[in-house]
Amino acid sequence: MSDLNELYQEVILEHNKNPRNFGEIDAADRRALGNNPLCGDALQVYVKLAGDSIADVSFKGSGCAISKASASMMTEAVKGKTLRETLQLFDEFHRMVLGELDVEADENRLGKLRVFAGVLEFPARVKCASLSWHTLRAALDGEGEISTE
Amino acid sequence: MEAVRETTIFNVEKIRKDFPLLGRLVNGKPLVYLDNAASSQVPQPVLDRYVKYLTEEHSNVHRGVHYLSQVATKAYEAAREKVRRFINAAEAAECIFVRGCTEGVNLVAASYGKAFIGKGDEIILSSMEHHSNIVPWQVIGSENGARIRVVPMNDRGELDFEAYLKLLNERTKIVAISHVSNSLGTVNPIKEIIAAAHSAGVPVCVDAAQSVPHFPVDVRDLDADFLVFSGHKMFAPTGIGVVYAKREWLEKMPPYQTGGGMIRSVTFERTTYAPIPDKFEAGTPAIAPAIGLGAAIDYINSIDFAAAAKYEAALLQYATDLISDISKVKIIGTASKKASVLSFVIDGVHPHDIGTILDQQGIAIRAGHHCAQPVMDFFAVPATARASFAFYNTRSEVEQLADGIQKVIDVFG
Repeated sequence: MSDLNELYQEVILEHNKNPRNFGEIDAADRRALGNNPLCGDALQVYVKLAGDSIADVSFKGSGCAISKASASMMTEAVKGKTLRETLQLFDEFHRMVLGELDVEADENRLGKLRVFAGVLEFPARVKCASLSWHTLRAALDGEGEISTE
Repeated sequence: MEAVRETTIFNVEKIRKDFPLLGRLVNGKPLVYLDNAASSQVPQPVLDRYVKYLTEEHSNVHRGVHYLSQVATKAYEAAREKVRRFINAAEAAECIFVRGCTEGVNLVAASYGKAFIGKGDEIILSSMEHHSNIVPWQVIGSENGARIRVVPMNDRGELDFEAYLKLLNERTKIVAISHVSNSLGTVNPIKEIIAAAHSAGVPVCVDAAQSVPHFPVDVRDLDADFLVFSGHKMFAPTGIGVVYAKREWLEKMPPYQTGGGMIRSVTFERTTYAPIPDKFEAGTPAIAPAIGLGAAIDYINSIDFAAAAKYEAALLQYATDLISDISKVKIIGTASKKASVLSFVIDGVHPHDIGTILDQQGIAIRAGHHCAQPVMDFFAVPATARASFAFYNTRSEVEQLADGIQKVIDVFG
């Protein structure tokens, strides 16, 4: 069961139960809807910008523990970051869950987000972890809707 | 006495030895395969027949004068005859080979629809249909200006028969309903549904994908006009399925696809079509999978299918009892007549997490919307976890599933 513990770490279970920044931002500048047609999961990401920084970010929707915790921890990680820093984080997260970035060996700024490295062992769940990030990126790029397919 | 006789007739351990894949490990654990509604496993006699065809008999069918083409044609047509007997069709020509149940519904919807469904007409579906028995009808409906009417269900997942009767009217051109729901397991009263439709002069297309693998189905007893199913859910390889249709319909319907193999004569001005079933089998068919399907039917006949169906029904009841006893678990679909399928949700746990944690214990189930999003909407769940049984599953596997579900609940506290 060691792999399973790797996937469902305490911090992930906790964010699943008590997601941070959950709900809409009324005055959002950007928003996007992310779909995972495979499982029917759908989540919305809301962003409020201040200059080239993310002043506030939130999410809403239903999903599995992995997608919910990932969205919750993403909002915590990118709040207050510049767009450039956010895209760097997106890139590092993306490479981590695809196994292209070794969180121990390679330099990165992932911090707490490293708990999602375990998802690599569960190919069917990689999209769950990355859905919120792709949705955030779509929101920042001004695309209204994305799909993991 | 009766119970004792049944257990001696149906020896599940002996049956399991016929399915090589069931002996493998997954994630270091003995596989518990409970995703039979998606695809069933293939027994050795079917594998052997498949390999024998490809190693000794393969050629194209209906074309060559040479020896192998004749052998292949004979084997392919023998498989059709096996299908005929399996569903008790009046003649083999009424059994069309297609790629699977989805292609089957597409064939019926497109071809019957082209000839018989027009502006202002109505198509009756049920609220528990798989997307493959919704979308093809929507497409023909929107092309031809016909409207979809939906038979509602109650919160146990049973169709409202009175509401169905009220939907039937002079504009109804077809009723397309599943025999067994893939997401809920409900066994619909299909014979009564067909009888009522016929009283209104309406033909019925039965999606039998989830019924033919689980109990004997007789198209003439049901008086079905169309009945479609897949091979890969009934112990055959993928890539093969069947459209059964009464000759009178097939003769009146235009071809679904056109090309080689389905013609009588072709000039640049005009083509005449071959008689059925060839008229509906354009191109080289899936010969080896069709022969595999024939072998799967032989296998089903060899094990006493009626006894297997009884055994499987008892297994589903055992699973239902064990799992409904676990607190926080809710079973979705509690119809009085069910087959094979046990859909459930766990309070506070997404079905995908259930699927992953069970998978780590070697237990394969399906988690998702089961291509039945309207059913998920009706029960107000984004998805369910679904265990689905075949006659090769055991009581011990059911117990492992129950233990696995308890483990899920433990992980999520």
